[in-house]
Parts: sequence; structure tokens; C-alpha cells
Amino acid sequence: MTAKPFVDIRHAAKSYGTLEVLKDINLQVQKGQIVAIIGPSGSGKSTLLRAINDLDPLTSGEIWLEDKQVNKSLPPRQYEKHINQVRQEIGMVFQHFNLFPHLTVHGNITLAPKMLKGISDKEADDLAKDQLARVGLLDRIDYYPSQLSGGQKQRVAIARALAMAPKVMLFDEATSALDPELVEEVNLVMKKLAEEHMTMIIVTHEMGFAQDVCDRVLFMDQGIVVEEGPPEKIFRNPENERTQNFLRKHLQSQK
Amino acid sequence: MDFDLIFRVYPYFLQAALVTIQLAVYSTALGLICGALGAAARLSRSKALRFVGAAYVSVFRGTPALIQLFILYFGGPQIGIQLDAFEAGVIGLGVNIGAYMTETMRGAIISVDAGQNEASRTLGMSRWQTMNKVILPQAFRLMIRPLGVNINAQIKGTALVAAISVVELTYTAQRYIGSTYKPFEMFFLAGIIYMAIIYVTGLGISWLDRRAAIR
Ligand SMILES: Nc1ncnc2c1ncn2[C@@H]1O[C@H](COP(=O)(O)OP(=O)(O)OP(=O)(O)O)[C@@H](O)[C@H]1O
Ligand SMILES: [Mg+2]
Repeated sequence: MTAKPFVDIRHAAKSYGTLEVLKDINLQVQKGQIVAIIGPSGSGKSTLLRAINDLDPLTSGEIWLEDKQVNKSLPPRQYEKHINQVRQEIGMVFQHFNLFPHLTVHGNITLAPKMLKGISDKEADDLAKDQLARVGLLDRIDYYPSQLSGGQKQRVAIARALAMAPKVMLFDEATSALDPELVEEVNLVMKKLAEEHMTMIIVTHEMGFAQDVCDRVLFMDQGIVVEEGPPEKIFRNPENERTQNFLRKHLQSQK
Repeated sequence: MDFDLIFRVYPYFLQAALVTIQLAVYSTALGLICGALGAAARLSRSKALRFVGAAYVSVFRGTPALIQLFILYFGGPQIGIQLDAFEAGVIGLGVNIGAYMTETMRGAIISVDAGQNEASRTLGMSRWQTMNKVILPQAFRLMIRPLGVNINAQIKGTALVAAISVVELTYTAQRYIGSTYKPFEMFFLAGIIYMAIIYVTGLGISWLDRRAAIR
């Protein structure tokens, strides 16, 4: 484990007023690694994930992507430019999809690449088709988001993120808003990305999925990483009492 | 009801209605411009601009439009602003409705789901690109109906400029009362014409709204 980390979170801390939501978090993710973040509601999982692309800026600490610091201190105008550049390399998928309702699936996928990468209409068409094929929705290219099921919406949202050719993908409970029967199709897409060695950080309530797909699992509680390790260890032999309690409760609630 | 009289005078009323329509169209156009600038100011990152936007809204919504018109038309020359009555009417009404439109547009913009902004920014789009390509196209659809309410108010508001002697519908009705002594007929006729203008405008707004509906 001497390789330089691909994503490097150093001493991340975040407070809302007096409420400390993240307390000195350190996380190194290697290229191609898939990390799951689990933990009770309010433990700071989303806040940590959203700090990685500076959607929720940290109070202190550093975020690095390869050799670039994401949240480096710059004058506002320069920072705007810098962060817009960095965000192109960090894909993010939200619980509620956040597709653009006024654009077709094609428009959703090609809007940012066309504007930010200056590609031609033809290249954009090919890009949309390629990404949709990846998530198995080529036949929905001219649909509007409102004409799609939840699972399809989320797959389009993934395709939209992938179209920017990101170096890392962040998922914030990508399947939590879905009806149970639609979860699997999204999980399958994420598994496929895993097989393609996409670097991924996944906040999830689905322990089964985390166990199947992830290389490492972090258990967070009250703004700290309580325990981390390979899924076998965290799920079979958790050391920390809080982890044990959380997993026990979680298993019960799923029965 | 003296229908003979109504049939005799209505062509003159229709001419006056053209002035009313011109007033409404020009002042609405000005109002839309003021509203867009006002909304941009109120949503700006600059504190000074936000203050200017808020001051604009509270001054022009907080005082009677009639007083604003009087200040512009009668008080204007005192500070070197010479306008004829029609110009004063257009500018006075336009800037006034612009304050309401500022709030309408701002309301539509901030009611676009915050997730839309997050998704765009996450893809690397700038604030400006996000506003242009994602927020505004959705906000436009949300603002058509409430802007229609503003425009409806504006059409009726044009009657105020009778007070500065613009020869529009209300002023014309008053003038004919002077010679005919038939206020019921004259105001009735004016009222019918206002209603027709508002009805047709309403149809146009509904048509726009339907066309723009998000699928
Ligand atoms: N904008 C905010 N202002 C104040 N407090 C906030 C804000 N956003 C989040 N918090 C608080 O930060 C804490 C962590 O929130 P976060 O959303 O990161 O939790 P989470 O682990 O993602 O929970 P969940 O599983 O419910 O999504 C919570 O206590 C929350 O109330
Ligand atoms: Mg969360």
C-alpha cells in the first residue's frame, strides 16, 4: 500500500455553527478502489461525500484528487474556474436523480460535455449513445425524464455523470428513493462500473451490495470514522461496539 | 341604457383603446426589462446590488402608482425631466409594474429545485451556465402565469394615466360624459373594451403556458 492515493482526504472537519458534523476524517482511496460508507442517519456520510467535490465546503482539512488539491485556497474568481475544472473529473449521483426535466435524455447527457468540452453535435450524439448503451437505455434517448421509471432515471443520471469521463464517481444513496423492484437494475449498472475498475465512493444503506461490490467499508458515526476494513471484516467481525450495534439493528429492520 | 349613443361613440372609444393597448404593451415591455434587472440584482452575489434591488421593489410597491406618475409627470420638469403625458405614462407604469415583476421572476427562479443547481455545478458548469441552461429555462415556465397576473393588473393600471390627461380609454370616457351626461353608458362601454383586451391577453397567456408546459 505505498501507491500514492488517488483520492486523499486529510483531516477533514466541518461544522454548522457549533454542530461538528465531520471530525478529523482521513480517507485514502486508491485508483480503481471501491469504498462504501455506511452509518446511521445524520452521521455525516453525505456531508463527507459532498465535501469531495466541494459542494459542501469543509471548515478545515484538505481534499486531493491525484496531484491536485480540490479545495485549495484561491481568490474567488480563480477558485470558481479551478473548481469547475476539478468537478468535471468527479462524477456524482444523487438520491433524487436531479435530471434536467426540460431536456430529453440526450440533452441531459450532452449538455455539460457540449458546453465544457467543446465537442461537435456528432460527437455529442455518439457520446450520448455510448453512455446510454453502458446503462442499457439506448432506446430511451429521446424520452423526457418524466417519461422514465425511477430506476431508468437513475441510470440516465449515471450516464450523464459518466459522459464527463470522470476519474472518480460518488454515489449518495443512489437507490434509496427507488421502489424495491427497481433497485437491482441500478445496482447492476454500478457493478458493471466496478468491473471496469471505476474508482467509486458509495454511500449506501444496502449492506448486501456493499459486501458484494466494495473493496473497503467505512463505518461512520457522529462525524468520525469509527471502523474501517474489508467488507468481510466489517460485516462478519466488527470490532467496535457501535458498529456491532448498528449492523444488528440494521439486520433486524430488514427482516 | 342609450344604445344609440353607444353605437355613435364607440368608434372613438376604439381609437382610444388603441392608445390603452400601446400603453399596456410598451409599459409591460419596460416592466419585463426592469423586472429582469431587478430579479438579477436581488439574486446577485453582490450585497450592494441586492440592496439596490430590494430598495427598488419596496419603493415602487410601497407607494401608490398614481403618486409615482404625478412625481414623474408634474414633478419631473422641476428636476429637468421633460416628458409628454404618454411617455410619462409608459415610463411610470413600466417602472412600477417592474417592481412586481421583479418579485415574480425572483420567485420563479428560486422555486426551481436546488438539486438542479447541484447537479449542474457537479458536472463542472459555471454559475452563469447553470443559470442560463438549467435554471432559467425551468423558471420561465414557472413565471408565465404569475407574469400574466402582473400584466392583467397593468392593463387595468393604464386607466391611471387618465389623471395626467393621456387620451386613452378612461380619459375618453370622462370626456364624453362631459358632453353627453351619460356616465353609465360611457363607463360601461369603456369597461366592456377593457374586458375584451384582458380576455384576449388571458387567452394568449394560457396558450403560452400550455406550450411551455414541462412534459
Ligand atoms: N445545511 C445544514 N445546516 C445545518 N446542519 C446540517 C446541514 N446539513 C447537514 N446538517 C447536519 O449534519 C449532520 C450530518 O448530515 P448528513 O446529511 O451528512 O448525514 P448522513 O449521514 O448523510 O445522513 P442520512 O443517512 O440521513 O443521509 C446532521 O446532523 C445534519 O442535521
Ligand atoms: Mg445522507
